[in-house]
Amino acid sequence: MELLVAIIIGVLTCCAVFLILRARTFAVMLGLTMLSYAVNLFIFSSGGLKIGAGAVLKATEEYADPLPQALVLTAIVIGFAMTAFLVVLSIRARADLGNDHVDGKLPVAKNTRQGASS
Amino acid sequence: MNHLIILPIIWPLLVALLTLLPPFDRSLLLRRYLSVGGSIVLLLVSIVLLIQSTNNTAQLYQLGNWAAPFGISLLLDQVSSLMLCLTAVLAVASSLYASSGEDEGGFFFHSLLHFQLMGINGAFLTADLFNLFVFFEVLLIASYSLLIHGGGKAKTKAAVHYVVLNLVGSALFLFALALIYGASGTLNMLDLSAKVVTLSDTQLQLLQAAVALLLVVFGLKAAVMPLHFWLGSAYSSVTPAVAALFTVMTKVGIYSLLRVFAMVLQDAGFVASWVFPVLWWAGLLTIVMGVLGVLASEDLRKMASYLVVVSVGSLVAILSLGTPESVQALLYYLVHSTLATAALFLLADLIAHQRGKAGDRLVNGRKIAQPVLLGSAFIVVALSIVGMPPFSGFIGKLLLLQAVPQGNAMLWYWSALLGSSLLLLIALSRAGSILFWQVAGTDTEARLAGGRRGTALLLLVLASPLLSLFAGPLTDWCQAAAAQLQAIAHLTPGAF
Repeated sequence: MELLVAIIIGVLTCCAVFLILRARTFAVMLGLTMLSYAVNLFIFSSGGLKIGAGAVLKATEEYADPLPQALVLTAIVIGFAMTAFLVVLSIRARADLGNDHVDGKLPVAKNTRQGASS
Repeated sequence: MNHLIILPIIWPLLVALLTLLPPFDRSLLLRRYLSVGGSIVLLLVSIVLLIQSTNNTAQLYQLGNWAAPFGISLLLDQVSSLMLCLTAVLAVASSLYASSGEDEGGFFFHSLLHFQLMGINGAFLTADLFNLFVFFEVLLIASYSLLIHGGGKAKTKAAVHYVVLNLVGSALFLFALALIYGASGTLNMLDLSAKVVTLSDTQLQLLQAAVALLLVVFGLKAAVMPLHFWLGSAYSSVTPAVAALFTVMTKVGIYSLLRVFAMVLQDAGFVASWVFPVLWWAGLLTIVMGVLGVLASEDLRKMASYLVVVSVGSLVAILSLGTPESVQALLYYLVHSTLATAALFLLADLIAHQRGKAGDRLVNGRKIAQPVLLGSAFIVVALSIVGMPPFSGFIGKLLLLQAVPQGNAMLWYWSALLGSSLLLLIALSRAGSILFWQVAGTDTEARLAGGRRGTALLLLVLASPLLSLFAGPLTDWCQAAAAQLQAIAHLTPGAF
């Protein structure tokens, strides 16, 4: 199970890094969202992965570490708010700057085909 | 338990919420009174805490009375109370300056300002790493909105970079926290510093990975060399009162580096073996990059932004020495450089509004309407930043130079700091002579520095001679603070 979770986190992070390095705000936003998923899973697993362990003390003999659950809840809420802010800011930037490039201006293309696809 | 400790967090929150409620939501005038009054109260509270922290040993405040490693604790020691005072002084100057018209650009200016203060104060007070993350987010979300206050293309463009970079930084911070928790089973700073010596080799490797991530996160906040590119455009495009407050934001990063590496992890062997060398070279390179930025600046605000980078470089490099003398020098220089650069941001705006179309660009422009007031303020600030006697920069830089041990370190740091001072002297005297002496055209109506703007400026400018006048007691105080910082790490939460 550890291996599976580790692979999931790794793949999510890879995709996130790839998307964040794209030059358009929408892709960057998706990348940041994926990165926050990866982070949330990572925090969740930092207390150790267990199957069939109770979430509440004294309900069962064995129980899961409650602190990472509290941390991940905080991280989800904060990440959600920040993403919402970035969405609004991206729309504002699209309106103010006239394009959705993260630098606010389109790079000068060597030829028109490249410019259209970049 | 001393409940005053939590007031620097609660009070700005209350003020920020009050500005949204009747009767304050109807009248800008009332909001201004509330905002400036709130900042002054915050300053008084911080001064009381500063006196308390000097008289007593460090105090721990347990939120909700939950016992230490499980509940969140706030830690008041001399270092954190000094940072609270510094923030409150900037808050008074910033809210006063903004009240003269800058706050008309958006409805929520004063609320955001106080939310930001809440986040900054929280980050200075907390003794829990996850709580540090939460307060980072509080101060960041307020700063995102303050950054685009007033609107305009330049601000939006700078804000996109700033927000994306900081969101990536927050994600890395969370990775680091999860690693620290996984490795040591605690996020409480005092608990972690006690446990760090008992960790096994595997756990230490995990902890080192976390520390590498923390270096990136705090380096991004502090604008250390490869991560400083966002600062120039962000700080030079914001409105002046916000820029003055933002000068303390990079210091939040430096404070976090100090807290984590000079206090919590001071007994971990890897800090001396690779963390401090990384910070040392990054700091020296930051000085070089900052000076190049200052020399290349086309206007005064950009110059002030890169002066922030130079001061960050000097502070980070001295921090990496990890001795009590270096922490003492760091504290004094940190206060001086924050106030001096904040004053320069306000001054740049005042100058810009009296030179017609030329603004604060370094080109020939109209004659400045108040040459005596602004000119003398510029002389004080510039000499102070360069490090000429009798102002605080001289004493600050002297302390920095004395803190460096003899040998190779001295060679590198002395040449970087003294070389940068010489180049800053050239850049600032060139800027001053262009702005004040190369005048052309006729006098026209200019926006004079009136009561509010003038008071805010004087408050920050006069800090430099005052810091210099009381340098003796202040350096002694900083020495005690440095000793206390290193002693606290060896106490258990129960010892308070």
